[in-house]
Amino acid sequence: MTLLEVRDLRGGYGPVRVLQGLTFTVDDGEIVVLLGANGAGKTTTLRALSGLIGAQGSVRYDGVDLLGRRAEAVARRGIGHVPEGRGTMAELTVEENLRVGAYLRRDRDVASDLERWYTLFPRLKERRDQPAGTLSGGEQQMLAIARALMGRPRLLLLDEPSMGLAPIITQGLFRTLADLNADLGVAMLVVEQNAMLALGIARRAYVLETGRIVTSGPAAELREDERVRKAYLGM
Amino acid sequence: MNVSLFLTQFMNGIGAGVIYASLALALVLIFRTTGLLNFAQGEMALFSTYVTWWLWDGGVPILPAILLSVSLSFVGGAVIERVVIRPVESSSPLIVVIVTLGMFLALNALTQVIFGTDAKQLASVFPQRVFDVGGVRLTAQTIGLVAVLVLECVLLWLIFQRTKAGLALRAVAANPTSSRLVGINVGRMLMLGWALAAALGALAGSLVVPATEALTASSMQAILVFAFAGAALGGFDSPLGAVVGGLVVGVANSLTIEYLEPLRDVELLVPFGIILGVLLVRPAGLFGTQRVERV
Amino acid sequence: MSARRALPAAGIGIALLVLLAWLPQYYGSTQTALFARALAFAVAALGLNLLTGYNGQVSIGHGAFFGFGAYTTAILMKDHDWAFLATLPVVAVGGLAVGAAVGFPALRVKGLYLALVTLGLAALFPDLVTRFVRGTGGTTLVQIPKVTSPSWATRFAPADDQWRYYLVLAVAVVMLLVAWNLVRGRFGRALIAVREHEAAAATVGIDLARVKVSAFAISAAFAAVAGSLLTLTTGLANADRVGTFQLSIDFLVIIVIGGIGTVVGPVVGAWLFVFLEDWTKQVFPDTPLLSPAIFGIALILFVYVLPDGIVGGARRLLARLRRPAAPTPPTAPGTRPAVRT
Repeated sequence: MTLLEVRDLRGGYGPVRVLQGLTFTVDDGEIVVLLGANGAGKTTTLRALSGLIGAQGSVRYDGVDLLGRRAEAVARRGIGHVPEGRGTMAELTVEENLRVGAYLRRDRDVASDLERWYTLFPRLKERRDQPAGTLSGGEQQMLAIARALMGRPRLLLLDEPSMGLAPIITQGLFRTLADLNADLGVAMLVVEQNAMLALGIARRAYVLETGRIVTSGPAAELREDERVRKAYLGM
Repeated sequence: MNVSLFLTQFMNGIGAGVIYASLALALVLIFRTTGLLNFAQGEMALFSTYVTWWLWDGGVPILPAILLSVSLSFVGGAVIERVVIRPVESSSPLIVVIVTLGMFLALNALTQVIFGTDAKQLASVFPQRVFDVGGVRLTAQTIGLVAVLVLECVLLWLIFQRTKAGLALRAVAANPTSSRLVGINVGRMLMLGWALAAALGALAGSLVVPATEALTASSMQAILVFAFAGAALGGFDSPLGAVVGGLVVGVANSLTIEYLEPLRDVELLVPFGIILGVLLVRPAGLFGTQRVERV
Repeated sequence: MSARRALPAAGIGIALLVLLAWLPQYYGSTQTALFARALAFAVAALGLNLLTGYNGQVSIGHGAFFGFGAYTTAILMKDHDWAFLATLPVVAVGGLAVGAAVGFPALRVKGLYLALVTLGLAALFPDLVTRFVRGTGGTTLVQIPKVTSPSWATRFAPADDQWRYYLVLAVAVVMLLVAWNLVRGRFGRALIAVREHEAAAATVGIDLARVKVSAFAISAAFAAVAGSLLTLTTGLANADRVGTFQLSIDFLVIIVIGGIGTVVGPVVGAWLFVFLEDWTKQVFPDTPLLSPAIFGIALILFVYVLPDGIVGGARRLLARLRRPAAPTPPTAPGTRPAVRT
């Protein structure tokens, strides 16, 4: 079943139009990766989807129209966004960051969710009372993901989760993402420079060039695609 | 040196410093949530204090009058953020200065247009008693003000550390974009920050006036400079710094007046020197953490 | 400015000057004092505009520089029997020095924090006066000997207040020309470059420290001279806490209303300000404080609605009328309001 349906998405910053009409879908529970060079419009796409910037076109999510809604309203619909650069609230402690992630929840399971993500990310538990700004890059990325998960999203938008991380950490991170997807059934739209890894966990992929989708297909196929290999896999 | 005179002056300084600390706290609240220096903070407090006077003059006992005025100021602060500040929130420092100064001018004048220009007397909530503790003169006013400041700090601490709204306020201060992404209504939090600041200012104003001579339109201007000095000294983003800074400024001023004859009548040199010195030497202040340049 | 535009501009300027010179011939002494006040405020606003409009440094302490000029003139005239005009060079040089001293911190302290430092200055100044000035009857008020019309001038200025007005006008015109030349030349370009982008300005060889400190010094000198001019008209120097704050904000009101970052803006703003102030006092004689209330609100409204002030707005309107088909052309660098940066 289609969870997110984007049609002819256009937008950008002020007079600069970055997105030239994107059409793509994300199904319930699947991982989709958006590939593209710097400046292709990947981050802009995510920001438009979560209401941080205005855009035109149509975005349907779980049967409702999302475009024109404010970011906090989009979050309320069950979309988690792990922003570029992780968006750590540096002066807050690790645990406070996680509690902020549960801001919209009114249920009583917040504490058990906290324990759950602490079990998955033991490093965060060790540092629960430290200011989040003192964490390493990898730890901050885990924190950002855990914070988004605290909101119990159905769709997770991930912006360059591997940025600034050592390769070994990145590999572990992607394994975790794949596990989370399998366990929770949370759908993911991943923007990533490291195409090889991203394609490894994704079911489908889209390739963006200057604000347009130029190629799309099952992840396994794109890994074999000559053009994609040349441009994004460095082969 | 006369020790009991020194201690008496020290305690007088604490008494004044408590007021500076309260207003500095208000300044810090607004700086942390909106990144602005609110030059109208003193005049907002002035207006609130006149409201307290008006209620009291109309027959409301002083304590309920203060509480009512603080509540009204809470609402007023939120309205000011939404209506006046929001449109220029992300503008240049020049715009921010102009808008807060516009408020300064308008509030100061409106206060006098509405309530009259004659000096007002306001009752004190504290008894007019002076204690003699081993030769040190200690007024009930000073003791009461310190108690109020402690209460304020405990209350603010509870709000910020123990409530969801307080957590959200701190989240917004730390990272507005991430806050929006987890569903926090940032605008509402900014209103809350201004509301709290206005309420704190109202309390500080209503309590300080009986301590000084009388309530006039210029009551808050020197106090604002002292409060700014306290906030600068502590660091504009640190509530703890505001309290410590406000007290230090109060004591420094009191001792200067007593012991530095050439500086008599120019007490404002003390806060001015502190502001200038701190901004030049250590812009983050004693307890502040970060960037002081928001250009 | 091209010669094609300079000629009509000079024509308008001369016509305005004739009008200004004619004013005290027609109007009485009350009005004439008001005109002189407008001219004095215009000079102060010209100076603040150099600093805030062109250089992007915010000051809310110009009331202190203004007061410095007022007291310097008053004390030199009263205690040392100087002639008014002779005090002006002292005031200007003193203003430069005081302004430079205050400007040095501006090299490290910027934006809102600089505004804070200048706020402290405005608060401090009246205290300094209380401490060091022994004026009439032991107060801080200093009255100056009356400046009277010299015998050679009685043909065009028979009354003393007319003569004083002409003195103010002459000084104001000189100051306007100085400001004009400053912003049109290399210095003006440097001011704007620093405002727009400090790092970029430094890479093209602009000495940031020199430009910023000079801007402060020159701006303070303008305010100080303006203070002298007002003292000449009112006959006394005075400074209280509310007044010094108020003046500092008044100057800001004037440049915002008139048009930040334009040469004529402060002049237009000053006349408007002084007459609106006077008008509200006449219409509502029981509430003299209504005018600051109105100006406070006007200040905020202008920022929202007409951020480049009356002069900036008029320019945009003219540009649109001249080329009805074309979209509004981008404003020239010199006229671009600082508020947009």
